[in-house]
Amino acid sequence: MGLLDYFLSSRPKGSANVAKERLQILVAHDRATRDQPSYLPQLQQEILAVIRKYVDVDMSAVSVNYEQGDSHEILELNIILPDAVHHHQA
Amino acid sequence: MARIIVITSGKGGVGKTTTSAALAMGLAQRGKRTVVIDFDVGLRNLDLIMGCERRVVYDFINVINGEANLNQALIRDKRCDNLYVLPASQTRDKDALTKEGVEQVLVELSHNHDFIVCDSPAGIEHGATMAMYFADDAIVVTNPEVSSVRDSDRMLGILSSRSRRAENNEEPIREYLLLTRYDPLRVVNGEMLSVEDVQEILSLKLLGVVPESKAVLTSSNSGIPVILDRESDAGQAYSDMVSRYLGDEVPHRFLHPEKKGFLSRLFRG
Ligand SMILES: Nc1ncnc2c1ncn2[C@@H]1O[C@H](COP(=O)(O)OP(=O)(O)OP(=O)(O)O)[C@@H](O)[C@H]1O
Ligand SMILES: [Mg+2]
Repeated sequence: MGLLDYFLSSRPKGSANVAKERLQILVAHDRATRDQPSYLPQLQQEILAVIRKYVDVDMSAVSVNYEQGDSHEILELNIILPDAVHHHQA
Repeated sequence: MARIIVITSGKGGVGKTTTSAALAMGLAQRGKRTVVIDFDVGLRNLDLIMGCERRVVYDFINVINGEANLNQALIRDKRCDNLYVLPASQTRDKDALTKEGVEQVLVELSHNHDFIVCDSPAGIEHGATMAMYFADDAIVVTNPEVSSVRDSDRMLGILSSRSRRAENNEEPIREYLLLTRYDPLRVVNGEMLSVEDVQEILSLKLLGVVPESKAVLTSSNSGIPVILDRESDAGQAYSDMVSRYLGDEVPHRFLHPEKKGFLSRLFRG
């Protein structure tokens, strides 16, 4: 038995390893988004629309992060402005 | 008061109905007064797996709508006196399952049963959420396969946020993992996620591992819950599962390929 186990475990592993790694990433992502309030994507859109009135940024420049603590919730807003700030022409 | 157990999964076809039938029969055989309810409105199957399809007169929705009372709709199992089946409707829309209606039926059944087993439909829509809403315990049926594991995790999220216990801030639903259609040989070959892999991802208490087994189809062909096939690996695995659910410490079986398989494979080269 011991010997067989040795032989079997020393084989190159198949696709199960890939499955496990993919699942770990996917499930971590699912869990992170699960607890967020459902208004978050809409909020992000609207904030972006407001910012774009003044600065030329795209979607990827705005990130909204939600975290839940024991007694409080944190909404973290990150906006990366382009190097040279271009104001929209009126 | 009865304990309400939901058999759920998210993904379809993973073995919920097979499990519901086995669990209900197993509990009843151990003297527990048990009723198993089919929540799969429009696609009822439990009556077939239980072998009572020709005795269906009224169904769950008839009871909810007041068109029949519970005693008219419940089907007593011919093999086991403690067991009743409440079939789903084949014709109605799943929206006929109202929260109030479901609650009323569960409350009434609670008075004279020990366990109520709810066979959930697939998905995360209305039928599935109604099946799990009032649960005390949840058995999450999972196959060792990426989409099933992912869906199980999503279902866990729903259990912990959208159930009665969650909404009322009560003690959460007790969640258990049941891994089914497990093929130890493929696991050894690295082709299939192992029990440990799935547990690592879902981190749930493992209630059992049911091997991929020919006995499941054979049993369903003749309307006999597979747990009654005591010779079969799946039947024994389900029987162990029932013991564990009732609190016995039973070692897991069928996790490794049969020794014969090992040797013959070795000699074949
Ligand atoms: N351990 C097993 N070994 C082999 N086949 C199995 C096993 N468990 C279930 N099956 C087969 O898988 C199929 C689906 O099983 P079942 O109807 O119990 O799943 P389900 O989760 O209730 O499906 P649905 O989501 O459609 O309600 C059936 O054909 C059944 O015979
Ligand atoms: Mg089913």
